[in-house]
Amino acid sequence: MLKVKNIETWYDLIRALHGISFEVKEGDIVTLLGSNGAGKTTTLKSIMQILEDNDQPEKGFIEFLGERIDRKDTEEIVRMGISYVPEGREVFPELTVLENLQMGAYTRKDRREIKKDIEDVFRHFPILRERQKQEAGYMSGGEQQMLAIGRALMSRPKLLMLDEPSLGLSPLLTKQIFNIIRDINKGGVTILLVEQNVNMALKYADFAFLMESGRIVRADKPEVLLEDEDVKRFYLGIDTEETTADGYRKAQSSKRYRRKVRFR
Amino acid sequence: MIGQLIVEGLAIGACYGLMAIGVVIIYKTSEVVNFAQGEMAMFSTFIAYHILSYYHYPFWLALIITMVFAILLGMFIEFAFLRPAKEPTALGLIVITLGAEMLLMGLAGWKWGAEQKYFEIPMSFNVTHEPIKGVIISDWAIGVFVIAAILMTLLYLFFKYTRVGVAMKATQQNKNAAKIMGVRVERMFSLAWGLSSLMGAIAAMFFASRATLDPNFMMEPFLRAFAAAVLGGLMSIPGVLIGGGLLGLIENFFGYVWPEWKPIVAFLVIVLVLCVRPSGLFAKHYIKKV
Repeated sequence: MLKVKNIETWYDLIRALHGISFEVKEGDIVTLLGSNGAGKTTTLKSIMQILEDNDQPEKGFIEFLGERIDRKDTEEIVRMGISYVPEGREVFPELTVLENLQMGAYTRKDRREIKKDIEDVFRHFPILRERQKQEAGYMSGGEQQMLAIGRALMSRPKLLMLDEPSLGLSPLLTKQIFNIIRDINKGGVTILLVEQNVNMALKYADFAFLMESGRIVRADKPEVLLEDEDVKRFYLGIDTEETTADGYRKAQSSKRYRRKVRFR
Repeated sequence: MIGQLIVEGLAIGACYGLMAIGVVIIYKTSEVVNFAQGEMAMFSTFIAYHILSYYHYPFWLALIITMVFAILLGMFIEFAFLRPAKEPTALGLIVITLGAEMLLMGLAGWKWGAEQKYFEIPMSFNVTHEPIKGVIISDWAIGVFVIAAILMTLLYLFFKYTRVGVAMKATQQNKNAAKIMGVRVERMFSLAWGLSSLMGAIAAMFFASRATLDPNFMMEPFLRAFAAAVLGGLMSIPGVLIGGGLLGLIENFFGYVWPEWKPIVAFLVIVLVLCVRPSGLFAKHYIKKV
């Protein structure tokens, strides 16, 4: 469905993406994992064409439903069926919940269908129905995240890209959000998920890509990655040595040398 | 006497308010303080003057042509001067608007000359009524109130119920998010400039009919309107209208007691407001949550 081939994105003189390639198959939940600065958000922004510099990505191409989209306007990309939930929600603070949702349907004109879709969003997120007249800026982080996802659904996307939906949420709320994401996926929307919460993302995904400083270093099924020693160590923080106090001290003292193992 | 002062103050205040709404619309959308606002309005008024005195069209036709011209002028200035700015800073953009101001003033001086002209609208300043004893109200003031009320209602409906209006508000609040929704942000900017120029032109026609028309005539009303906008917090349209009314009242009462100090009271108000409540009297603040 979405095919990213060898893209390179630059911020002025800094190369943020060193040739990324991956594919998202229709109906899957695919996740991009990695630590801070690995280039996950940049990848999504490159797909969405919302970087400051319009000539990015500099090399490579992005294909959606068999059509190249790496030089299209954001508006056209939205119309084609990609929807993006940005990092940190980015709801419209002084618009009401209802107006926020209507903004999500900005590219559509079919009023009756829009109304129906708003009902659908309210079914996914009942709390939004209660808050529909409230200004989004006064809502809690979790509610804003739900609103941001709901808003993204309003354009009837075929592919929904989520950038760290768990950011700043309690574990319980994170779980709730992930369950909703799974429901949305079952409703026929393909999902590309960027996460730092590796544990959670691997539990829900069908396929995962690991990124490190602008490159994709691993691509595998979550079952495989969850059992992988290096993934456990670097991303999940599971370390047999660290479970005892002695081992923890030992691990602390040797920490500086541990990053010798790299995926590449 | 007090009733009279209130009516006059509110009328001139509504004029400031209309002018200030223009400032606010642009400031809210693009965070630029448009110092060319006054001169854009002045230029549009000269177009009306030109049509009236050279082609002798009826006033209402001239008004419509002027309104269309004002919208196009605002859009043109945004498109020609502000959009090409690469990696603009707030200060850089303000300087660009100052440049546009000088340019328009120069153009008007070159085309129509610097001498003061007489500009007339059907709502004359000299036709007066006395509904309550001691309160004299002119046609001009009635016109200002009616037009301001109509425009406010239209603006309210536009921003509340139309798709484009809501998208404009959304762009004001979060440009990036609006872009992700598929809004063409540049179009919203150019629309904001058109709308703001239109509001300015209407206010300027009232100002011109009260005083005279020359290339400098909008200088002071604009600064006063700017004071009203600052008073209202530069962010909310009703706030600005209240700010305009307040400023008109303050100015009128102050001018009644100390006539020689009347011109500066507006600027005193700016300074005081900025000292005490830097974000204006009616500003709302959201703290961004992570």
